[in-house]
Amino acid sequence: MQRTIKILSTLLTFLVVLGLPALAFAGGDVTATDPAAMKAEGLAENYGWIAIAAGLAIGLAAFGGGLGQGRAAAAALEGIARNPGAAGQIRGPMILGLALIESLVIYALIIGLLLTLKVGA
Amino acid sequence: MGEHGTWFDYLNRFDWWRGFDGWMQSKLQRKSLLVDMFPSGWSMTHILITLVAVIFTFLGARAFLSGLKTPDQGLVPPRTMNFRNMFEYLAESMYGFVEGGMGEKNARRFYPLIGALFLFILFNNLFALMPGFSAPTDTLKTNVGIAIFVFLLTHYFGVKEHGVAYFKHFLGPMPALIPLMLPIEIVSHIARPVSLAIRLMGNMMADHKVLMSFFTLVPILVPLPFLLLGLLVCLLQAVVFCTLAMVYFGMAIEHEEH
Repeated sequence: MQRTIKILSTLLTFLVVLGLPALAFAGGDVTATDPAAMKAEGLAENYGWIAIAAGLAIGLAAFGGGLGQGRAAAAALEGIARNPGAAGQIRGPMILGLALIESLVIYALIIGLLLTLKVGA
Repeated sequence: MGEHGTWFDYLNRFDWWRGFDGWMQSKLQRKSLLVDMFPSGWSMTHILITLVAVIFTFLGARAFLSGLKTPDQGLVPPRTMNFRNMFEYLAESMYGFVEGGMGEKNARRFYPLIGALFLFILFNNLFALMPGFSAPTDTLKTNVGIAIFVFLLTHYFGVKEHGVAYFKHFLGPMPALIPLMLPIEIVSHIARPVSLAIRLMGNMMADHKVLMSFFTLVPILVPLPFLLLGLLVCLLQAVVFCTLAMVYFGMAIEHEEH
């Protein structure tokens, strides 16, 4: 009886989780294409440059962030290689350093998202 | 890929909820766009999810306290990982975390505050991973609240510790440098809650969007690594927020030793 309940509840959760992507499509899609209607919707008119800017924002940020985090991870790995016993103590500051570097990339991601919303994603 | 429906949308079937929501919207919605970030309109979902997280924490605290009432005063942990055991583990690891960040002497004083902040952010973050919910911390609405709370508390603790001489920290080492140091210090102090809020929001929103996009592409088995990544990010962002809060509190109350 217990086993049946466990199997049934697992199956139910599986089905519910599979069905939830149906909720993912919300919000209206952009349907206007002439300038007046777009301005009314809050979208920009010349959106070519803004789209390029959004792509560049996240691209450069990911590039710089990758370099920075690579250096942090390399230093941490070298420290562990020199002194394998200190691996636990090195892991903490390494994770913290990686998270702080990543937060700069996240700031650029916010700007990218703001720009992308302006061109009507 | 905007916001998606949550289980709380089913509340809209009730007339009293719609009336309450409309009333709150008429009272609280911004008339002017102060910060037009991610215009998503009005929703009270994040308040309800926060409420669920807070109630969960209260129940956990009650389980923890009931453990203290056992004959040996909670010295022996339970045998299996049940609710009480999870909270005991959380409480002990948080105490080690706060002690590592602030030193032994201050740890007792700040542990309730940092512990509550950590659990609040952790449980709110974890809602992003559950299907049918969204994290309250991926909206700027919750995060700015927590960040301003930390910001005001740093100044409160600084003034409580040092008196009004706390504001001499803003003036730098020499009187001649005041025109240089004062703007820098003020800007850096303002950047702190802004960066705390945006960091948490950006991480949670990006993680949630990635998860949702993989869910809509291939719902079977492919989102699994992203769920694991999401677990790591949720935990890590709570840790980073609390570490920075501890650093700010520590800097506010430190006595300079030359």
